Amino acid sequence: MIQIAVSLRILGMILIVFSLTHVPAMVIALFHHEAEITTFLSAAMVTFTAGLLLWYINRNALQELRTRDGFFIIVLIWTVVGLFGAIPFVFSPVLSASIVDAVFESVSGLTTTGATVFVGLDTMPRSILYYRQQLHFLGGMGIIVLAVAILPLLGIGGLQLFRSEVSSFSKDTKLTPQVTQTAKALWLVYIGLNIACIIAYWLGGMSLFDAVCFAFGTISTGGFAPYDDSFIFPQVSLHLIATVFMLLGAMNFSLHFLAFRQGKFSSYFKDTEVKAFLAIQIIVFLVSAIVIFDQTTVLNPVYSLVEILFQVVSIGTTTGYTVTTFHLWPTFLPFLVLVIALIGGCSGSTAGGIRVVRMLLILKQGWREMKRLVHPHGYFLLKLNQKVVPQRVSDAVWGFVGVYFTVFLILMFMLMIFGLDFVSAFSGLVGAITTLGPGLGKVALNYGGISESAKVTLTLAMLLGRLELFAILILLTPAFWRQ
Amino acid sequence: MKIIILGAGRVGRTLAEQLLLEHNDVTLVDSSPHPLTYLSEKFDLCTVVGNAAFPEVLEKAGAHDADMIIAVTASDEVNMLACEIAHHLFKTPSKIARIRNNEYIRYPQLFNAKAIAVDILINPEDLVINYVSRLVEYPNALQVLDFAHGKIELVMVKALKDAPLIGQPLRNVLVHLPSVEAKIVAISRQGKTIIPEPDTIIEVDDDVFFIAGKNNVREVISELRGISKPPRNIMIAGGGNIGLGLARALENDYHVKVITRDKPRARRLAEKLQKAIVLHGNAVDETLLFDENINDVDVFCALTDDDEINIMSATLAKRMGVRKVMALINRQAYITLIQNSTVDIVISSHLATMNNVLSHLRRGDVVQAHSLGSGNAEALEAIAHGNPENSKIIGKTVEQIPLPQGASIAAIVRAGIVMIAQAQTMIMPEDHVILFVPDKRDIPQIERLFQVGLTFF
Repeated sequence: MIQIAVSLRILGMILIVFSLTHVPAMVIALFHHEAEITTFLSAAMVTFTAGLLLWYINRNALQELRTRDGFFIIVLIWTVVGLFGAIPFVFSPVLSASIVDAVFESVSGLTTTGATVFVGLDTMPRSILYYRQQLHFLGGMGIIVLAVAILPLLGIGGLQLFRSEVSSFSKDTKLTPQVTQTAKALWLVYIGLNIACIIAYWLGGMSLFDAVCFAFGTISTGGFAPYDDSFIFPQVSLHLIATVFMLLGAMNFSLHFLAFRQGKFSSYFKDTEVKAFLAIQIIVFLVSAIVIFDQTTVLNPVYSLVEILFQVVSIGTTTGYTVTTFHLWPTFLPFLVLVIALIGGCSGSTAGGIRVVRMLLILKQGWREMKRLVHPHGYFLLKLNQKVVPQRVSDAVWGFVGVYFTVFLILMFMLMIFGLDFVSAFSGLVGAITTLGPGLGKVALNYGGISESAKVTLTLAMLLGRLELFAILILLTPAFWRQ
Repeated sequence: MKIIILGAGRVGRTLAEQLLLEHNDVTLVDSSPHPLTYLSEKFDLCTVVGNAAFPEVLEKAGAHDADMIIAVTASDEVNMLACEIAHHLFKTPSKIARIRNNEYIRYPQLFNAKAIAVDILINPEDLVINYVSRLVEYPNALQVLDFAHGKIELVMVKALKDAPLIGQPLRNVLVHLPSVEAKIVAISRQGKTIIPEPDTIIEVDDDVFFIAGKNNVREVISELRGISKPPRNIMIAGGGNIGLGLARALENDYHVKVITRDKPRARRLAEKLQKAIVLHGNAVDETLLFDENINDVDVFCALTDDDEINIMSATLAKRMGVRKVMALINRQAYITLIQNSTVDIVISSHLATMNNVLSHLRRGDVVQAHSLGSGNAEALEAIAHGNPENSKIIGKTVEQIPLPQGASIAAIVRAGIVMIAQAQTMIMPEDHVILFVPDKRDIPQIERLFQVGLTFF
């Protein structure tokens, strides 16, 4: 049976930590003399009180966590933090958003989707704009990983939580012997990348505020921007900086860790997944460039090339920043870029999607079938990075992809029932489930114009995508709740 | 020399025989009395029965005044421990051990006087792998031996009809190959070794031994065999350590297929090999070979642990159109039986081990020695130490050096540069001299030539 009390105790602690993350937004509000100071203060109070209560009531529930509890807690935490994260949007006098809109925005931030329902960002209070970006920052590496890293109290069963949250593929790659250490290491790498990105943006000509906001949206492969027009900067240098950091965010963080710790930069080039990921980006960039140069009149070739590169990488890494109206690109290109968003980034990264490694394993299995036909006596193993992939893993990959597409179809039909046309439903769902953000058609610019039930569906899709389906779906199975 | 051989297995026995021929005092140690009684009746040697790693047994075998211990028992651990004990208790100057298991060989730093006191490691599997991969490189060669770290190769090929050099006297070789540094050192015709003179004529089916710089070997082979395309497809029967090692050594340069009968072994091979294709099946299964395009295979290596299967699968492969087939055969009776049959090359890990041990037994400044073909001939690499005063060879030209009948200086490597020896070439200090000796019995004479006179010290 699920140990509800323990779960609520941990949830309480996490809510207390989460309430503290409102402080930077308060400081910004104070600095800019914005009325949002009370918004954040009251939101923080509510969250803090709720957390304290949950923790206090269950303070004696100290049982050890089981793997099963891990799944339950993960889903509980992401949902509840998503709800509490929406409070400032509701409380804000400027926005006074509906609960559905506020939750959509909050979950979109935490899951690093970057789809927004708000219009008029240019005139919004700075503190609110910063708060949205900070949601990306927190969600990018994972709330739980953060909690495991900073809350020694979670030590009991931290591994179960960590395993359930970190991308299913890198579960077993513990970088350090202790899970707390691993979580800390990952967060250090993550913060390091964010700082590097802030400095690069700042040197590239952004204001410090913009640099921080965009860096939070870039490394987490989120996609929120403090402007209505997304990545509004025209400088080629900033486009290139963003491209590099989006790519870094979408690579396996254990590779970054090895590079930081041991100076092993060679591990990037030896990793099959990274190579395949980069190859996908390059190929789609080249195809897009050829088609665009062929079908439209290009005024400034260099600028256009950088713009196309930025756009392809932004979507391929499931970031979702836009510098050009990619939904108006000629012929098949809008769909092509959405397909690479479906493939997504590398395992163990901040990016979403099916993940390159799963696609790679599926293709390799196809290739193996062909080799088996040519060599009927042959004995072929599935290998990745020259190591054998256990049968268990390839089964899991097939299971995942099967479930992914089934869920995708069901949610797409739901969206169509809730009034979206096919293109909007398909692309909006890609945008949500891969944590990309923008779609095509009605949801190309923002998600403000769709029905409330569609928004709820997409909110669910974002959570499903961020938690890689199984953690949530497993809660729906009767077997999970049985004793 | 007083030599103790531990282990009277096949290698130990043949080694003992060979060493007795060269007038050494040999003591053979084995845990079982059976092979020893027979040997001590047949040969003039001492035998000791007991665990080779026990100090008492080693002492009985005369470890106190032995010059060398050769540990070739069936167990790696006993071999290592015996060397270790001989080193610490009896201060035996040189210790050779056969070690088969890669788990030990992977850490060469283990083997020194402070850790495991083994001076020379012999790994039969590595020897066979090296030997075979050389032969794969030159599929027309019957034997390829490296000297001077692979800069010079001594190659044996069978001369083919219609090849450019057939029917030509040797003095024309230089005319045929103007830019090539090569020298024919011997010709074996119907089992007889001919020491080449300038007017010796190369005939069809002669086994020609020549020495050449690595870059020229291919060219010389094509002069003796006609031009043939370089090999691409290699098939290995047998997924044991030798098959696996060979496949790993070759898989990046050739299309390699490995056949193994054992399913778990097939899995292990597939894990370890990145490019080579692993086939699960029987090496003597005609359909399997046919399905895998056996007729396009350039080299077929039968390397299972079963002599009969190796012979049968190599024969089958040859009949199905493989250019060159090799078989690993360990039973002496089969080796003689199979020679000069459909199997092009017979490989014996025992012979390889024995030859390797023998090469380490050479005295003076001989750094390498290889037996050639099946005969008595040997090729040596020796370093000329000293100066014109204390050395019998330094400062002399090649024709001035008094070599035994038929022996010749084939090449000289000076500061990394390969020179084919001419009559007027002068030997300088620190030259690596590569010699060809048609009769093993003359070797002590050559060893003495390379020994530095007393004034050196």
